[in-house]
Amino acid sequence: MRRLLLDGLLHSPLTERPPLPADGALAELGRAVERAAHKRLGRSLAIRTVDAGSCNGCELELNALSNVFYDLERFGLHIVASPRHADVLTVTGPVTRNMAGALRAAYEAMPDPKWVIAIGDCAADGGCFAGSYAVLGGAHHVVPVDLHIPGCPPRPIEILRGLLALLERVNAHSHQERGSACLIPSPAAVVGRKMPEH
Amino acid sequence: MPILTDLVAGGRAVPGHRPWPRSVVDTSGWEAATARLAAGQLTLVGLWGEPDRVHMALGEGTTLAVLTLPCSASTYPSVGRMHPPALRLERALHDLFGLVPEGLPDTRPWLDHGVWGKDFPLGRGTATRDRTHYDFLSADGESLHQVAVGPIHAGIIEPGHFRFTMNGETVVRIEPRLGYAHKGIESLLAGADLERAAKIAGRVSGDSTVAYAWAFAMAAEAAMAIEAPSRAVWLRALMAELERLANHLGDIGAICNDAGFALLNAHFGALRERALRASDTAFGHRLMRDRIVPGGVTADLGPEGNGAIGAVVAEIRRQLPRLIEVYDETASLQDRTVGTGVVTPDLARQYGAGGYVGRACGRHFDARSVFHYPPYDHLHFEVPVLAEGDVDARVRIRIREVQQSLELVAQILERLPEGPLHTVLPGVDRPCEGMALVEGFRGDVQVWLRLSVGGRIDRCHLRDPSWFQWPLVEAATKGNIIADFPLLNKSFNCAYSGHDL
Repeated sequence: MRRLLLDGLLHSPLTERPPLPADGALAELGRAVERAAHKRLGRSLAIRTVDAGSCNGCELELNALSNVFYDLERFGLHIVASPRHADVLTVTGPVTRNMAGALRAAYEAMPDPKWVIAIGDCAADGGCFAGSYAVLGGAHHVVPVDLHIPGCPPRPIEILRGLLALLERVNAHSHQERGSACLIPSPAAVVGRKMPEH
Repeated sequence: MPILTDLVAGGRAVPGHRPWPRSVVDTSGWEAATARLAAGQLTLVGLWGEPDRVHMALGEGTTLAVLTLPCSASTYPSVGRMHPPALRLERALHDLFGLVPEGLPDTRPWLDHGVWGKDFPLGRGTATRDRTHYDFLSADGESLHQVAVGPIHAGIIEPGHFRFTMNGETVVRIEPRLGYAHKGIESLLAGADLERAAKIAGRVSGDSTVAYAWAFAMAAEAAMAIEAPSRAVWLRALMAELERLANHLGDIGAICNDAGFALLNAHFGALRERALRASDTAFGHRLMRDRIVPGGVTADLGPEGNGAIGAVVAEIRRQLPRLIEVYDETASLQDRTVGTGVVTPDLARQYGAGGYVGRACGRHFDARSVFHYPPYDHLHFEVPVLAEGDVDARVRIRIREVQQSLELVAQILERLPEGPLHTVLPGVDRPCEGMALVEGFRGDVQVWLRLSVGGRIDRCHLRDPSWFQWPLVEAATKGNIIADFPLLNKSFNCAYSGHDL
């Protein structure tokens, strides 16, 4: 193990290697996310994920965000274990009827202000599972969705890009900084927001 | 005479079912097969339904067959009554079709949580029992308490509920409740054309999209009595081995991480990412989704992809030995994995547990080597088997399978035949049926289908290896401390979506 650790000290980390085009875009994107998150939410953004019946493809790519290539946490973005600690809820899957109640409960457990990102084609409209007796066909049937990130599944870099888009939109439409949360306009005021149908 | 041949001969052979026979039996034939299963002479490969009949796929050595029992009164003699591995399959079958397994000791619903808005979505009739209420199995004793976990978990994983009954820190009983990811896939497949059906089949379980798409394509090709061109078949195997590599690498790291050893997770996670990127370069998708279709493949391997895969194979080969060395030499890690979550060989055999779960406790089964489907009949590889059945054994099987997959990828790149990628699908002028078993990273994926005249899906059933692995998670957890459950569960890495359909 010493050799492995020593190698780690002697070699530059994978995340900071001279950028290939893709890696360059990654670093640039990450810095932009960091700026936006800082402005709106202080130093960090806590994300809770709910798999509402996905095939697990989107989960694989969400998990990949934590590997050394993307290293999500260096931008102050982290996945939290409880919705009570979360600013952002990501939803994957077509929202099965069997998961609808749990998804709603997770959203309701989050403190305000809060935002929802629907990740993947299924969470947008049910994808290829739309029309089944067992699915509702998209996250917006249960929770108000602020942003969709398309893809089947979206690449990790596309998910990062989506986080940035959300943060920029939140900044553009809010007049208060975090710290006076009670004065922050309801997230529902965010333009283009899709509300639950019931 | 082999038992299976005997059972098949006792019924009426169904024409147009390929490549293995299907036979319609009467109640006595069905019960005879059940008795053979219970005696451990046959392996249950699958059990599924139609509105008026039930099917079971049986395995004996390198032979497979399907038995069918018509259910005129919507009932059939339960297989699970004698052979517990069929229990949940029969509960699921009842939820979907309303067929009643007579004598089934556990009549609780399984996939149906009472919120679909309809009873028996694939069958007929009306449910009489309440499906919103669910009684977990009890455990009696002093000072026991329950811990309820899920369906939403702390990490980024699929939805499912676990009910632990505890005596202090020790798990007395754990019972999963699944079905949260049920999407109604079998109903969506009925009536779908092959193109749409292949897409859905590739989305049954995202981590096994290649294995499912391949099994589906193979079953459809068997039904139509055609073969995919040889280049396509070799490219399918290349994708399947890349999928196995990426998943095993990710799993090994994640298991170590669940034992609190993040260092190996970082290294194995990096290797997984490299494998996904190479797949992306080679086939235009990190998970290689929608690349395998009935008749062939939709993506060819060019020089750039060839180079990317060659490079990632070299990189994994360079790094793997020293990572294994770290795993071997870290006593605090071994302390967590050795002796934890033991599955006994008898149980693995009874359940016909596939993949690393079975091979980590002496079950020498790998669909690639048992059925030698092309191109594996032209490739050299070993099937590692261990006896211990603990978390450590499941890690070590994965490590050896990574090594075997590296060899296979190298052989495929070296010997990839030239030629077309796709063969034209023939018209289907009479109903035909096909079945396939493909070895995914998690174990054998079974697909059975019937095409109707015109080539649409009449009925399709997909069986994930997890059906025969989830019950072993329960057995392996009993007597362990609850803090070891995440580690133990990760070492199985059973599918939720693949199971729930």
